[in-house]
Amino acid sequence: MNILDSKIPEGQLEEKWTKYKASQKLVNPANKRKLDIIVVGTGLAGASAAASLGALGFKVKVFCISDSPRRAHSIAAQGGINAAKNYQNDGDSVGRLFYDTIKGGDYRAREANVYRLAEVSNNIIDQCVAQGVPFARDYAGMLDNRSFGGTQVSRTFYAKGQTGQQLLLGAYSALSKQIKDGNVELFERREMMDLVIVNQRARGIITRNLTNGELESWSANAVILATGGYGNVYFLSTNAMNSNGAAAVKCYHKGALFANPCYVQIHPTCIPVHGNYQSKLTLMSESLRNDGRIWVPKDREVAQKIREGVLKAKDVKEEDRDYYLERRYPAFGNLVPRDIASRAAKERCDAGFGVGKTGFAVFLDFKEAIQRLGKHKVEERYGNLFQMYEKIVDENPYETPMMIYPAVHYTMGGLWVDYELQTTIKGLFALGEANFSDHGANRLGASALMQGLADGYFVIPYTIQNYLSDQIYDDAKVSNQSIEFKEAIEGVREKIEKLMSINGSQSVDTLQRKLGNIMWEYVGMGRNKEGLQKAIVMLKDLKEEFWKDVRITDNSITMNQELEKAIRLADHIELAQIIALDALQREESCGGHFREEHTTNDGEAKRDDENYMYVAAWQYNGDNIEPIMHKENLDYQFIKVQQRNYK
Amino acid sequence: MKFKLNIWRQKDAKSKGYFQRYDIDNISPDCSFLEMLDILNESLVDKFEHPVCFDNDCREGICGMCGLYINGQAHGPDSGVTTCQLHMRRFTDGQTITIEPWRAKPFPIIKDLVVDRSAFDKIIQEGGYISVTTGGVVDGNSIPISKEKADKAMDAASCIGCGACVAACKNASAMLFVSAKVSQFSLLPQGKIEAKTRVQKMVSKMNELGFGGCTNTYACQAECPKSISRENIARLNREFIIAKTTSEELF
Repeated sequence: MNILDSKIPEGQLEEKWTKYKASQKLVNPANKRKLDIIVVGTGLAGASAAASLGALGFKVKVFCISDSPRRAHSIAAQGGINAAKNYQNDGDSVGRLFYDTIKGGDYRAREANVYRLAEVSNNIIDQCVAQGVPFARDYAGMLDNRSFGGTQVSRTFYAKGQTGQQLLLGAYSALSKQIKDGNVELFERREMMDLVIVNQRARGIITRNLTNGELESWSANAVILATGGYGNVYFLSTNAMNSNGAAAVKCYHKGALFANPCYVQIHPTCIPVHGNYQSKLTLMSESLRNDGRIWVPKDREVAQKIREGVLKAKDVKEEDRDYYLERRYPAFGNLVPRDIASRAAKERCDAGFGVGKTGFAVFLDFKEAIQRLGKHKVEERYGNLFQMYEKIVDENPYETPMMIYPAVHYTMGGLWVDYELQTTIKGLFALGEANFSDHGANRLGASALMQGLADGYFVIPYTIQNYLSDQIYDDAKVSNQSIEFKEAIEGVREKIEKLMSINGSQSVDTLQRKLGNIMWEYVGMGRNKEGLQKAIVMLKDLKEEFWKDVRITDNSITMNQELEKAIRLADHIELAQIIALDALQREESCGGHFREEHTTNDGEAKRDDENYMYVAAWQYNGDNIEPIMHKENLDYQFIKVQQRNYK
Repeated sequence: MKFKLNIWRQKDAKSKGYFQRYDIDNISPDCSFLEMLDILNESLVDKFEHPVCFDNDCREGICGMCGLYINGQAHGPDSGVTTCQLHMRRFTDGQTITIEPWRAKPFPIIKDLVVDRSAFDKIIQEGGYISVTTGGVVDGNSIPISKEKADKAMDAASCIGCGACVAACKNASAMLFVSAKVSQFSLLPQGKIEAKTRVQKMVSKMNELGFGGCTNTYACQAECPKSISRENIARLNREFIIAKTTSEELF
């Protein structure tokens, strides 16, 4: 029997979620008080889940890696959140949002999950407005919208260029109320070190208190993982410094299957790399592509002169500019999906048309928008982004075009979950970016916020009850003093002691950079068989090098940020290995996964629906042993699968 | 570029701290302040020394995690930026740079440059929210809000909770932080229902946690990386007086 049972309810697409809710099992209020739930992570998914479950009456413990839930990296999302409200009367609907998301994901997502996401999208907007999220309004006082990549309607709600911040603060405020009311307990500066399994069910976690190094064990009836994605495996990414995929790797090691790890989104509009000391990359919101036009010079020699600083962007005449997205994709122009925009930029730069000192940059130009709308209007829409750009690059984007280049941004892959968001470990649920379910092989802009909040506010409060309903009996109670917890804590202690005792010659950052270079070079925007095979060998060597040669100073019973990074890096190397394996087995190009061997005649990605229309879910099989791949076939019953065409 | 760094080192909350002098060379002017500290830390690890602990996360000025007191200024010499957005081009070659943690009683030091700002969370937990639970709310467009009010609420809501206002204030007052949250909700119709209790609870919690009073020097506004306006403090005072002097039934 296939171990991947997606538990998709029967019936028409439009009826599935309604039917599920009507027939699922619930927990009565008196019993809710007896049930403990652990939530790891306080981004949009974690905070909204903890707040909603606390309000329902469950006893919730929530763990946060930073000093406050308000710091989670959801806060950095700029552009907006999608919903099928159709306030603009421009032809939007739940069905269209569903279709755009499936198509945007290159037909590699589950229909039922995506439809549910589109269905609850409208509730999210209402919920956030009720919380006091200050969405942009028009002069009549109604909610304003903008458009985003991969769509032909305006369905994106926004709060200046700080939508993620405002939505997170909304979820944080709801969480704060539940903390005040005593329904949720908050533990900050804690990092999950292991998942504890008792009788084949997730029963708790081990955490490390980052202020003093203390290891702690926590038991519960269910564990929710909302720890975000693993983009930092690539070292340079738009992720925050503390964002990491280590918690998901712990779950993978304990038996949770890891799905589609090779689907990594490279975002087209980031500030280009400028030096080898660089610690992270900064995203410039996709919303800029609403009004900004992307171009490079038509002539290689002109590009060369710009790189040398002899010519400036404004010296290049209109007819000498190649607006390559508008040229190649007239229907969507600058608003093609992210994967397509990123590859097109790489293609131009690789062909010698790139600008900037390194040649790895393209222009994003607002001259036309400023003429059309006036500087004031442009400032109103993107002011904070322009300011951010100016502070980093020291150039004024109102006068000279911005320079941008693609960078790792989001990971569509994650822990495999069924329709109830439950992983292959009973009692372990994964929400938001940490799971794999809704974005297929590519995520559309403004959909991450939608998914995080949909999972947390409107999905998990229902589906977790179906699991917890038979956890109300006394034998489901587990003490954190049980043998399983003691063994887990001992295992963590041993691993930390081992890391501290290596005393090698390389800093964690040095090794992390090496990992990032391998991944960007061979498992980045363009992948091929030879490169991937090479990467797999290099990663094996890097793993050995890490465990022989890492150097961590200070000790483990104090705040030690080097040790924190080392623990994460150990897991990131393992994750890198399954990303490469997954990319190697997927002999097709789809969404964020582009195999150079599989292209159409005009260089576009070529999918292979006949052989690869499945979710690849990897099962851990022991240290240094190749994991086992399981397939969940994607069965499109309601949508007609087509080639993704944005021309 | 090269710099002389004077950095506050403190082993833990209970130990006595001290300034340690470090010399650093070969720094690109395009390097961010925190990247400069990364380079320093790598060199310390190279010498088997203990790296300097400092809080940071998003490194794009939005999470509010970083915050250093640099040459006597919260978030350093540039205006409208957090420490992570500060670049070395704002300093002169050979300059001495003194780096301290936030200095305020309600923010005790954890280690080196890392402080405990959980007092801010406690203030929010007192009432920095609208008490809706998930579900059962009205359609978003059924609560029209004038663009002007919505924009003002947004400006107030853009506070990132970094604590620079407290660190910059000679009284270690949290008025700008509290007033930003109070303003956001008092400007919006959704927030009106709990307005009176919210402002009273948040202010009393702020006092209880040891934050000082406001004496209108506006150092907070000057140092705020998000340029939160002192106008919010005036609005808080107004809300507070209304709450204290009128009964619930009248308004």
